[in-house]
Amino acid sequence: MKKLTLPIVATAAALVFAAAFTQASTKEEVTKRGVFNCGVSTGLPGFSIADEKGVWAGIDVDVCKAIAAATLGDASKIKYIPLNAKERFTALQSGEIDALVRGTTWTLTRDTSLGLNFTGVNYYDGQGFLVSKKLGVKSALELDGAAVCIQSGTTTELNLADYFKENNMSYKAVVFDTHDATAKAFDNGRCDVLTSDQSQLYGLRTHLSKPEDAVVLPEVISKEPLGPVVRQGDDAWFNIVKWSLNAMIQAEELGITQANVDEMKASSKSPAVRRLLGLEGIAGKGLGLNDDWAYQIIKQVGNYGEVFERNVGTGSPLKIERGLNALWNKGGIMYTPPLR
Amino acid sequence: MTVLLTTPSPSLPPPSNSVGIVGWLRKNLFSSLLNSILTCVGLYIVYRIVPPALNWALFQADWVGTSKEACTSDGACWVFVGVRIKQFLFGFYPSSEYWRVVTSFSLVGVLVAWLLIESTPKKGIVAAFTIFCYPIIAYFLFYGGAFGLPVVETYKWGGLMLTLILATIGMFCALPIGIVLALGRRSSMPIAKSFSVIFIEFWRGVPLITVLFMSSVMLPIFMPEDLQIDKLLRALIGIIFFQSAYMAEVVRGGLQAIPKGQYEAAEALGLSYWKSMVFVILPQALKLVIPGIVNTFIALFKDTTLVLIIGLFDLLAVVQAAFADPKWLGFSVEGYVFVASVYWVSCFSMSRYSQHLEKKLHTGHAR
Repeated sequence: MKKLTLPIVATAAALVFAAAFTQASTKEEVTKRGVFNCGVSTGLPGFSIADEKGVWAGIDVDVCKAIAAATLGDASKIKYIPLNAKERFTALQSGEIDALVRGTTWTLTRDTSLGLNFTGVNYYDGQGFLVSKKLGVKSALELDGAAVCIQSGTTTELNLADYFKENNMSYKAVVFDTHDATAKAFDNGRCDVLTSDQSQLYGLRTHLSKPEDAVVLPEVISKEPLGPVVRQGDDAWFNIVKWSLNAMIQAEELGITQANVDEMKASSKSPAVRRLLGLEGIAGKGLGLNDDWAYQIIKQVGNYGEVFERNVGTGSPLKIERGLNALWNKGGIMYTPPLR
Repeated sequence: MTVLLTTPSPSLPPPSNSVGIVGWLRKNLFSSLLNSILTCVGLYIVYRIVPPALNWALFQADWVGTSKEACTSDGACWVFVGVRIKQFLFGFYPSSEYWRVVTSFSLVGVLVAWLLIESTPKKGIVAAFTIFCYPIIAYFLFYGGAFGLPVVETYKWGGLMLTLILATIGMFCALPIGIVLALGRRSSMPIAKSFSVIFIEFWRGVPLITVLFMSSVMLPIFMPEDLQIDKLLRALIGIIFFQSAYMAEVVRGGLQAIPKGQYEAAEALGLSYWKSMVFVILPQALKLVIPGIVNTFIALFKDTTLVLIIGLFDLLAVVQAAFADPKWLGFSVEGYVFVASVYWVSCFSMSRYSQHLEKKLHTGHAR
C-alpha cells in the first residue's frame, strides 16, 4: 500500500503545485505574446488536421481561431501545437498551451482530478456501428456473435464490451491501430461490423470500395461530448474560451453568417443581434475584451453551423449529419445561455 | 613398337557440364536432389513475389497528378507521396524558408565529404570549422533569430529534416560523451568510475521510449512555470544521454581489446594519461570498434522514429499523419514503403561507408 501511495501523493502534489503556480492571467499572457497557443491533435480528420501545405483545418481548429479572434482580434495569430492523447493534459497543465481543443471527451474524472476545466461542448459525439448492408441488420441489438473491427483506443473497446455484456451478446474483437487499417479490414470482409466514434464512421465509409453497401446503425452506445479545456483557477480566461464557443452557436441561432455579418451590424434592429455584435448591452466588458469580440469571431471564422458544414458536414468529405449537433430548436442539443 | 611421348598431350577441356553457366548452376543450385527441389521452390516463390511487387511499385503505378482521382491504375499511387513530399521532407517548416534547411544540410554534406575524401587539402582547418563553427551556423539557419532570418520555432520542424537533425546531433554528441564515459569507467579514480558506472547502467537500464515519455510528459510538471525547455530539446537531451551510454560500452569493448603492453609502452615513454590515451590507445581502440559504433549509429537513426509518441513529427509521424487526411485515406502502404526505402537507403549507405573505413584503416592486426 505504501509503495502505491507515494507516487500518487507525489503526482498529486506536483499537480497542485502546477495549478498553484499558474497564477499569471492567461489572457494577459496571450495578449502580451500576441499569439495564442492552441493544443490540437496530430491529425483527426474534420477536427484538426494539417493539409499538404501544413495549413490546419477542422472544427477544433475553428474553435481555436474563434478564441484568437475574440482575444487578439486576429484569427490567424495562433500557434498550433500538435499533441497526442497521452501528453495533451500535461501540455495544458505545464502552460505549454493556453487551451486544449483536441476532441477531448468531457468526463467527471478529467474535470475534477487533473486541475483542468471543460468550457463547453463543440461536438456531441458517440460511439456507433457501421455494418455491411448484406447482413440485413437494422439494429445493433441483432449483432450477437459478430466479428467487430475496432480502432484501438481504450474507451471504444470498453464501451463495446459494456454494451455487448449489458445485452447478453457475444462478439469477436478484431483490433487495429489506424483508421486506414480498420477500414481496409472491414472492406475485405474480415469483420461484419466496424465500431468507432460516429464522427469517424462517416469518414471511413466514404473510403470503402462500395460506400453504398454499408450503413451506420442508429444506435449510439456512448456519450462523447468533445470540448475545449483550460487550466483551473483562471476564471477570466475560462469565460473567454466558454463564450467564444457560445457566440458561434448564438450567431447561428440568430442567422448571422460570415457573409451577412457586416450587413447585420449596419442595419439589424434586432436587440439580440445588436447585443451579440457589441452595439448594445454589456458587449465586451464582462469578458474584458473589445466590444466587437463576437463580431470578429463571426467575421473571421463564421457561426457554428458554417463551421460544422465546412469541416465535418456536407461541405466536407465526411458528410456527417447535424444530428445531436443541430441547434436546440432544430432537433439537436446545441444550446447556449443567452448573451445579454 | 613403342611410342614415347616426351611432352604431355594437351589437357582436354573440362566436361561441358562443369563449366560456364551450366556448370555453375549444377554446382551451386542443383548439386543434389534436395538442393534442386529447394531451388525450384525458391524460384517459384521469387516468381510469385517479385513480378507482382514490381508491377505494383513501378509498372502499374501512378506517378503524376494532384489528387486521388489521378490514381486510376491497379498499382501504387505515388501521387500521394508526391503531393505531400515537401511536408515529408520539411514538416511544417514555412516553404519560403526551405532554402535555409537545404543550405544547412548541403553545407554539412560538403564539409563531411571534404573530410572523407582522401585527397583534399587542409583537413585540420575544415575539421575544426565543422566541429566548432558549423553547429552555430546550423543553429541560426534552422532556428533563425539573427542576421535577418525570421525565427522558425521547433514545433514547425518535421519530416526527414527532423529525423536527420535528431540523428546527427545525437550521434555527434553521443560519441565524445561515450568515449569520456568509457575512459571513466576504466579509470582508477573512485568518483569518476562510480559516476560513469551509475550513469551508464542507469541509461542502459531504461527503454528509450520511457526516456522520451518522461522528457515530454513528466518533466514539464516538475519544472517551474517560467522555465519552459523546448520539447525538441528535451527529447534530444534524452536521446543523447541514452545513446552515449551505449556508445560508452562499445568504446570500452575496444579499450579492453588493446593489449596491456600498449598501455605499458605508452607509460614507459613518459606520456601522461591523456597523451597516452589520445595518441596511443584510442586510435587503436576506436578503429577496432568501428562496426560497433556504426551499429549504434544505425540503431539510433532508426530509434529516432520513437519521438512520434511524444508528438514530434519525424518522418514516420508526418507520413502517418497524412494517412488520416480524408482526401487521401487508403494509401498507407505507399507511405510506409516510402518511409522504409528512405530508412533503408540511409542505413545501407552508413553500413557501406563503415566497411570502406574498416578496409582503409586495416593496418595489419585485424582480429
